Parts: sequence; C-alpha cells; structure tokens
Amino acid sequence: MGELVTVGNKGNGVRSDCYITLEITSSGGKELDLESRVAAMYGKDIRKQLMDILNHFGISNCRINVEDFGALPFVIAARLEAAVNKAMKTGKEYFIPELKGNQYSSSRDRNRISRLYLPGNTPSLMINAGIHNPDGIILDLEDAVAPEKKDEARYMVRNALRGIDFYGAERMVRINQGDRGLTDLEFVIPHHVNLILLPKCEHAEQVQAVNDKIRSIQDRYGQKNPVWIMPIIESALGVINAYEIASAAGNVVSLAIGLEDYTADLGTSRTTEGTESFFARSAIVNAARAAGIQPIDSVFSDVADMEGLRETVLRSKVIGFDGMGCIHPRQIKIIHEAFAPAIEEIEKAKKIVIAFHKAEEQGLGVVSLGSKMIDPPVVKRALNTINLAVKMNKLDENWRDTYE
Amino acid sequence: MKTGEIRMSKFDKLVTNAAGRVVPTVINSKPAVPFKGIGKFKPSGHKTAPPITTCADYPADGNKVVSSLKEALLKCGLTDGMTISTHHHFRNGDRVALQVFDAVNEIGGKEMMWFPSASFPCHEPLIKYLEDGTIHHIEGSMNGALGRFASEGKMNGLGVLRSHGGRYQAVQDGDVHIDIAVIAAPSADAFGNANGVNGPAACGLLGFALADSQYADKVIIVTDNLVPFPCIPWQIQGNYVDYVVVLDQIGIPEKIISGTTQITKSPDRLLLAEWTAEFCDEAGLIYDGFSFQSGAGGTALSIGIYFADILRKRGWKARFARGGSNKYLVQMLEEGLTDYILDGQTFDLEGVRSMRDNPNHVNTSPFTSYNYHGKGNFSSLVDIVILGATEVDVNFNANVVTHSDGLLLHGIGGWQNCLFGKTVILPIPLFRDRIPVIRDEVTTLCGPGELIDVIVTERGIAINPRRTDLIEKMKGSPLPIKTIQELKGTAEQICGIPEKPELTDEIIAVIKWVDGTVLDSVYKVKE
Repeated sequence: MGELVTVGNKGNGVRSDCYITLEITSSGGKELDLESRVAAMYGKDIRKQLMDILNHFGISNCRINVEDFGALPFVIAARLEAAVNKAMKTGKEYFIPELKGNQYSSSRDRNRISRLYLPGNTPSLMINAGIHNPDGIILDLEDAVAPEKKDEARYMVRNALRGIDFYGAERMVRINQGDRGLTDLEFVIPHHVNLILLPKCEHAEQVQAVNDKIRSIQDRYGQKNPVWIMPIIESALGVINAYEIASAAGNVVSLAIGLEDYTADLGTSRTTEGTESFFARSAIVNAARAAGIQPIDSVFSDVADMEGLRETVLRSKVIGFDGMGCIHPRQIKIIHEAFAPAIEEIEKAKKIVIAFHKAEEQGLGVVSLGSKMIDPPVVKRALNTINLAVKMNKLDENWRDTYE
Repeated sequence: MKTGEIRMSKFDKLVTNAAGRVVPTVINSKPAVPFKGIGKFKPSGHKTAPPITTCADYPADGNKVVSSLKEALLKCGLTDGMTISTHHHFRNGDRVALQVFDAVNEIGGKEMMWFPSASFPCHEPLIKYLEDGTIHHIEGSMNGALGRFASEGKMNGLGVLRSHGGRYQAVQDGDVHIDIAVIAAPSADAFGNANGVNGPAACGLLGFALADSQYADKVIIVTDNLVPFPCIPWQIQGNYVDYVVVLDQIGIPEKIISGTTQITKSPDRLLLAEWTAEFCDEAGLIYDGFSFQSGAGGTALSIGIYFADILRKRGWKARFARGGSNKYLVQMLEEGLTDYILDGQTFDLEGVRSMRDNPNHVNTSPFTSYNYHGKGNFSSLVDIVILGATEVDVNFNANVVTHSDGLLLHGIGGWQNCLFGKTVILPIPLFRDRIPVIRDEVTTLCGPGELIDVIVTERGIAINPRRTDLIEKMKGSPLPIKTIQELKGTAEQICGIPEKPELTDEIIAVIKWVDGTVLDSVYKVKE
C-alpha cells in the first residue's frame, strides 16, 4: 500500500475538470482534502459523491486530495474511479445514472455528414458538443489522448456516454488499435454506444475481431441494440483492401479515410488541393459504393481557415463522399451547408420527382419531363436529393402540397 | 486629523423596499430612499449648484498650469473627509487615480471618499490607502481585488454602486457633493479645455467626467499632452476648470484599449450570438432604420457582426448604433450600414480615429444617454439592447455585480440605464463550469425583471411572459423557445441543485437604482 496515484488535469485554462491525488492507507479513515472553485454551491455535494464512490469500492482508509475546477458530477466520478483503479485492483465498476434519453439506437442509413471529434480525456469540450448539432460526436480514445492518459480516458468516455445529453447526435467512439482497442470496447459497448470507429484498418479480419468482441460483450449484458462500425483507412495497404473491409460485416455502415497517416505512409504530405490523396479518396468512395455503404472524408485541420474548409468540402462532395470529420464545432455548419443540395439541385430534383409521381399516377412506365425521357437512376438521385434537403431543413417535408 | 475622528454610521434603519429587498435608509450617515418601483419615485426641489466664481480670481492670460498634483490639491483646499472624483476612460491603463491618492497621502489627507466613475484591476494598489485611512470608502464600481476587499467587510464606509446614469443623477441632484474632481485628459490647453481624441493616451471621449466638471467645487485637469490654446474639440470646457497639471504619463495606451474588443472564437458563444441575431430577425426587431446597442464583450461584438450581415443582405441600414464603439462598429458606419454611432465609451484606436474624424460618430455623455432625472434620455429609444449578467432569476431579475458565491466583483456600468431600451436581450451561457446562471433568486438585484425581455442560452431561449408580443411572433420558430423554468431545470439536471451562498447579515455595499433609490444590499461573505 501507500502508492501515490494522480489522475485528471490541472493547470492554466483547465475547466470543468478535477485533479485527484489518492493514496490508499491502512488506517486513519478517509482523509479528504477538497479545494473547489464551486465550494460555496456544491462543496457538500462533492464531498458526499466522493465518499459514496470510495465506499462503493470498499475503501475505508485513504488520503485523497481533490483540486476541482468546476467539474460536473460525471467527471468527478470518472476521475475518482480511475484513481481507485490505478491504486488497486477492484474488479468493480461505478456507474453514474444513465440518462433515459441516451438509450437510443441509430439507423443504418442516417446522415453522417458531420461528425465531431472530442478528445476522450477533455470533459470541457464534451459538455456542449451536442448543442452545435453535428450528425455524430466521436469520443476519441485514440490519437487525441496522450499515451499515459489512455486508461483514465476510458472512464471519462464511458461516463460521457451515460451522462451527457448529445441532443440526438449519433454517439460514436474511436477505439485504439489492436488489443488495447478490444479492451476499450469493454468500457463502451454496454452503454449504448451507436458506432465504433476502427482506426488504421487494413484487413477485414480486424473488423471481424472487433465484431466478435462486441458480440461477446453484448451477450454478457443481454443487449441486442445495433452497434455500427466505421473502419478508417489510413494506409496504402488499407486502400488496396478497402472493398474487402467495407464488405467485411453487415454492420459496417461507413468507410472513412484518414489522410494524415495515409500521406505519411505514402511518403508525401497533405496539401489543400489534395492531389496526393486523389487516388485514395476515389478508391474509398468506389469501395464504399460497391459495398453499399457511406464513404466519409478525412478532417480539415486548419480550424481558422473557413474558406479553405468550404472549398475542401465542395471538392469532397464532387468526388462522391457523403460526409466529413470535424475537429472544431465551427466547422459543422460549413460542412452541412456545403454538403447540402444547392438550391438549383433541389429545384431540378423537384421537377423530376413531380414528373415521377405523375407518371406513377397515370400508370406510365416511363418518366418524362417536357420532351425528355428521364432514366431511373436520375429519378433515384432526385429522390435522394429531396430526402437530404428535407433532412437538412432546406425543404419542407410537405413541399409537394404547395408545388406549382 | 486622526483616523476615526470622523464618526460615520455605515448603515442603519433597514426596511424592505418595493422589490422585496432589505436595504438601509441611512447610508454613511446620510438618509437614503428605498426603491419604490420603476418610475415611482418623484424627486422634488432643484438641482445642486457649484459656487459662483469670478474671472477676477483666475489668471487673465488663461494659464492655470501649476507644478504638481500636490500643489493643485493644496490650492483646491484639500481637507480631511473630502470627496475626490476620477474617471475610467483609460480603463485598466489609468495612471491618474493612483497618483492623486499618492499626493493626498503625501499631504497627509485622511478619510477621503473616492468617487470614481468605475474602477479597474489597475487600482488594486489603492487598497493600502483604504487600509491606512487615506481613503475612507469608495462610491463607485469595485472590481476584482477592491470588490474582494469590500466583500470581506474591510472597508470603513459602505460602498455605493451606481450606474453611469445614476452617477450623473447623484451629482446633479446633490446626493453626492464632489469637492475636487480630477479629470485626466489626453489633450488639454493651459486654460483647461480638454479632449480625449488626441495625444498619446487618446481614449475617444470624456463623457464620464461631464457631471464632475459642471458640478464639482474644484476641477483639476491632468494631462500629458499640453497644447496651445485652443484645445479643439473642447469636450471639457476650461471655463469649469481651476487648475491644470502636466504629468509624464496619464495612461498606458495598450491597456486603454479594452481587452474584450475581439469577436469571440468560442463556438458556444458564437452560437449564442447567432441565435440572438436570428431571434431579433424572426421577431421583426430588425428593420430599415432600427437602432441597437451591444457592448464590448466577445459575444456582443459577434451579434453586431450578424446584424451587419442582415442589413447588408437586405440593403437596410440602422439609424444609429449605440456604442461602446470599436473597429466593428466603425466599419458599419463607414460601410453605410448605420447613419450614426452615438458613442458613450471608445474601446479601441479605430473608435478614437473615427470619433476624431467623422462627424457622424458622436460623442455622448451620461447626461444625454442615461440620466434618469432629465427630460428624457435616449436609452429608451434604442430598439435592441444586448447585455450580460452574472445571474438571472426565474422572474427575469438580473445581477451584474456579485457572483453566486456572494463576492462583489463587478460594477454596474451603463447596464441599468440600458434596461430602458425597447427589447432587452441577455445572451448568457446556461451554466459556467458548474455554476448555473438561472437561479430561484438572484444573489444581488441590479435590474428588475420587468425590464428584461429575453434570455438566450445555448440550451434554449426564454421570453419574459410580459412580452406576449414576442411570444406570439416566435410561435413556430425553429429556435428552441423554452420557459425560464425549463431552462433552470435543464441547468440543474446537468450541474445539480446549488446551495445558496452563506453570507453574513452585515451589509458592505448598496446598489442604487437609476433614480437614486436603494435597490439592494450586498453582504459581507463568510470567512
């Protein structure tokens, strides 16, 4: 006994977090030293919460020091549990109440135009993520977390899945590569995660390994809710095997590309024009379409360059992607706007859809607009455009009632 | 004179005022009127007047320059217990207030009342003079360390917080008698004419010092840029001035520029700004010829930019924008998106340049914009007013001076005066870290809820039930319109239900309403 462990963050600019120092002792009871920015309002609450968690783990003697920077209860719980597990083997977990509204599942073909990356060990960025209305949020356990913080991030991400309202965004987690990633699944699968991002995917077997693990965890918990997979292709080999990966399992719904690692693998670097990645991006789009799933583009890393982002998104749309990652909430709106059908596209699609319905009503086998015949794929694309426009609030659901 | 010989009753005779708040009716030994309700207190009598002076007592060559602040103060007849005023147009770059009290201390003056138009963190060194009795107490905003000092009950007298308009009213009505006004001037001539648009410490305008120049017994102009007569424009007229003192430096230029004049990069605040602008647009508050005021904070600046976008798109323009001016407002003026800037405080050098060069960028004072004991003022003519708050309660009452733990940390500024605008909107986060902003009851009442119309938070927008017109207009809006109770519930669901701060029953300051009545008391915090 007597090992001193620390978890959490402190220092300049740290908000909505806490820093815990814990030492398990053999006598003397629980000595708690709490220094909190919100002591006047929540001092009693915080003390009670800390004691409840220590009791849950059967700890009766310890010295604990908590520096609190306005951490919400789900954060305090995650930090203390991480500290306890760092100090001793408990074989137990401490679950904060799960928000009723967080038990939703997502549908296979829902919009995945924007998905916002949230570093898994930085709670201040998670709390308001949902209000910016991304299609999905990604709680990242991989590259956005420092290696020495990866264990404590698991508790934070699990508690975020249970305790944060993301206002209907699809709740995704990016796990680590290899065995660490499979252990990550233990922390998130039982808590209604909607989708798992699988980084640096190069073989279909990796998808299957993840799926086997998911299934065994779900069986243990008696859960049947769908958990979708989005493999991320980040290497030359991954690009070559893209179709095999995209069609590896029925729950693979999207195929994403990660360009930072891919360009490094090629021995080149990223440019705004993206000449170096054109082949890979096209290959991903092609593989995904062949497998009947969504192709998703990489992130745009300069958060200050909104014009550059807009151009990149428009190019991405032209190549055939259905969405893109975001690393800052300010990018969401621009990505939505650029991926949304343009007004002219919608107007054109409306005409075709009207003609399609007219042909159906009249029992005609052929759709025509003026003197032109409209091919079935064109009709299908027009219907997709209309659906997307409605989903993105660019068109009223009942537009046909007022169409002249 | 020894400390303690001036015996004062800090506060006495507590009553419950019309807002349900317990307030003293004796403040620093003088009688005070409790808040009666908005527009209910009818003043009587005449305005105060400074003594009659004669040109025979002033140099015919117009040269009122004396060698030092100390000499000027002595010539003004500095006596223990006097009221000395200074102003905040240099914000955190002010070097004058400290030099004034250094001189007072050197002379051996005691028990002064400092009457600043606002205080800033740069004034923290004055705490030593509050401790040694040079300064008895402060009537004016107490920010940061000074607020903490007062909150801990360490000030000898009771603090009195007034709005900018309330300060003008107090001086004009004789509630506060200024013995010596020290006015820092970026440019002045030897006669005492002065302005804020030229010189190394250029700050734009000197409106906060207008009342002091008109009503103080003695007026000292302090400058680091003495120009030959005439100093034009003469924002302060030398005919009110007794002495002129030239110092090496009166303000630190980079600190005169307010730190909050950049638009926000915070995505959460940008969302507040966007929703606020959308709300105004959907509610029909923006129209060709409308007017607005938005402050210097990052969120408020961004709202101004959204307003400008809307005007540009529609080919409209505002009739006037009420500043705090800054480069963004100046851009609007120069782009033709507003006819006028009515400026109360200039926040950056672009604002200073525009005020100096553009006749449509107008220098205003608390008399024209805010004074409640006048024959009207233009704050009630502004269509949209954007303000902040530290707390709001379920009845839309708001607090701007104390934090939820009871600490006094901010001044009122023009906030109370602006509440008289046609639609008052507070864009504020629903909680800061873990601290919910919407409470059952505000810690300190600074503005009655009947004057506050809309609260915009990142998790919903609440409209004051009194504004049935706005509620009607926003029916079917895609914006998340909620009740204030719903917003409070959301915050408490996320943060937990906060305990009320434990305060003592010792009053350390009072909040005056715009008409000089006492709106609320601020209490000493527990150790």
